Amino acid sequence: MSFFEVLCIIVPSTLLTAAPLIFTSLGGVFTERSGVVNIGLEGLMSVGAFTAAVATLALEHSGFGAFSPWLAILIAGVAGGIFSLIHAVVSISFRADQTVSGVALNFLAAGLTIFLVKLIYNGGGQTPYIENNIDKINIPLLSKIPIIGPIFFQQVTYTSYLAILAAFVCWYVIFKTPFGLRLRSVGEHPAAADTLGINVIRMRYIGVVLSGIFGGIGGAVYLVTITSNYNVSTIAGQGFLALAALVFGKWHPFGALGASLFFGFAQSLSITSQQIPYLDQLPSVYLLIAPYVLTLIVLTGFVGRAVAPKADGLPYIKGQR
Amino acid sequence: MNQLLKKISWMTLLIPVISVILGLLCGAIIMWATGYDPLLAYSSIVQSIFLQPYYAGETIRAMIPLVLSGLAVAFAFRTGLFNIGVEGQLMAGWFASVACAIGFDSLPKFILLPLSILAGAVAGGLWGLIPGFLKARFKVHEVISTIMMNYISLYTTSYLIKTFLFTQGERTPTIPPAASLASNFLANLTQGSRLHWGFIVAILAVIAMWFILWRTTMGFELRSVGFSQDASQYAGMNVSRNIILSMTISGIFAGLAGAMEGLGTYQYMMINATFTGIGFNGIAVALLGLNTPIGVVLSGALFAGLQTGGLTMQSVAGVPIELIQIIIALIIFFVGSGYVVQWAWGRFMGRRHKA
Repeated sequence: MSFFEVLCIIVPSTLLTAAPLIFTSLGGVFTERSGVVNIGLEGLMSVGAFTAAVATLALEHSGFGAFSPWLAILIAGVAGGIFSLIHAVVSISFRADQTVSGVALNFLAAGLTIFLVKLIYNGGGQTPYIENNIDKINIPLLSKIPIIGPIFFQQVTYTSYLAILAAFVCWYVIFKTPFGLRLRSVGEHPAAADTLGINVIRMRYIGVVLSGIFGGIGGAVYLVTITSNYNVSTIAGQGFLALAALVFGKWHPFGALGASLFFGFAQSLSITSQQIPYLDQLPSVYLLIAPYVLTLIVLTGFVGRAVAPKADGLPYIKGQR
Repeated sequence: MNQLLKKISWMTLLIPVISVILGLLCGAIIMWATGYDPLLAYSSIVQSIFLQPYYAGETIRAMIPLVLSGLAVAFAFRTGLFNIGVEGQLMAGWFASVACAIGFDSLPKFILLPLSILAGAVAGGLWGLIPGFLKARFKVHEVISTIMMNYISLYTTSYLIKTFLFTQGERTPTIPPAASLASNFLANLTQGSRLHWGFIVAILAVIAMWFILWRTTMGFELRSVGFSQDASQYAGMNVSRNIILSMTISGIFAGLAGAMEGLGTYQYMMINATFTGIGFNGIAVALLGLNTPIGVVLSGALFAGLQTGGLTMQSVAGVPIELIQIIIALIIFFVGSGYVVQWAWGRFMGRRHKA
């Protein structure tokens, strides 16, 4: 097998597995930049995946056909945004410990989604399979380009490109707009931001809800491109992997994008390595734990220091020094 | 001043109670809204765990790892550390205890059993030591590092089982009787539940936590670091050492929880595709128990009861058992929002709120 053929397997499958991680970790960038730690990304992805499954099934039923999964992704984004409001209210307004609230959010999402699945689908522990998932396709024209085409544009889904595009949009929003400046200032020094007339509480709410929307979309993309049905083990660690990507990417949209792609690469290698010479000798456990080990190493500062926003994790109480 | 202190401690005791009531109330509303019978559901839980010896036994059985992982979280909390890594430490301990039991199966019981329990404790301790060291030496936030350690543990243990201890049914072989905590006496007493001698280990651990934290110099330092790192440093304490120590002891409790599952409940370790959930439940147990040994026992009993009773609830009232998880999540939210509960209570009683 030539190196070219290896690339033709690895790159598309990396793009596929990375897309949900990219969306979710971008959501994480918004919330943590605003100063709210969100351990609940996993739960938000669960809600997104669950909503996408139910919505796609319902839309298919009412004749939306191939549009159903796309609409479902949007609905899942809304659902994730609404669900994240719980975290926002509890951790921002009620000043609960953000990690505690995030842990509870994961609990609630896991319990609630399966509870509802059982309720809607008569006691079964999983949803039926959706018929119209977003399939891997060859993108017209672009896939015909020699060399680049087969690697990047064959057997891919549009969602992967949307995810990469989203990273650029997020970067622009966070670093090139007044809104982004306010968001970051609230996460670095809320008291200073407050004296300058920025509504700290409102900015943090926006940050958390954006993470909910992106997390919901991430979960939905995972469902409509990869698993096609929702059950207990659909979202098993994807959200925490996205959290790792966020930290590994040093709280920066491009960092999160790069880290997600890299983690997607490691994950897809652990699945496809059987087909690839030399790699099939390597136990897949190394590839599975690689993202987490590397994140730990990055955090120790051997590979450039990763520093969280200064006020990340601290509730803002007016007048408190 | 004295009166104020009294009022505060009374208030802090009230918050968990109110939270549990609110959580159960919300659970009832959810059941009512989705067409189930809340009264039937709750009464079935109460009846099964108090009147049926099997479920009573299973409740105590479920309490053992819950209390131990609750202690793990609470212990780290006392030093100001949030150990989300109990899940991973538990799996490391589970694997190590089972591996030790199988590896040295020719040893007599009075050596093998303590040795296997010790192996679990050591593995859990090591798994806690790493994030502790990273925190002390490199200021790596323990929340992130313990989450990473969880996944490393999950994948590593399943790889080790697959490679070295694999047997039919996606699990390790059963441990030799010489390493087992199971007892026919306890099983017969509770009509065939999986209750095992591990409850003695749990009781000892509860006493150990109380003794270490409140009766030794080491415990004083650990708690002092939890209150204020700067003040402790100024007083001449070695903050880094205390952080590492706290995470290690916390990991030991978690490792013991895993050993109890391996040597008691299951007698083997299966290949886990996802986490057991015991470690995450431990966070809820510790929070609700206000990070005190007695509180952990009480809230451990509550959650264990809800979970085993949930099975009866599912069969009698038809309510999916996930409702229990929802209730636990809500209870954590309410406990976490103690500030608002306090504020609302103050308003409710018509008193002026004091933060």
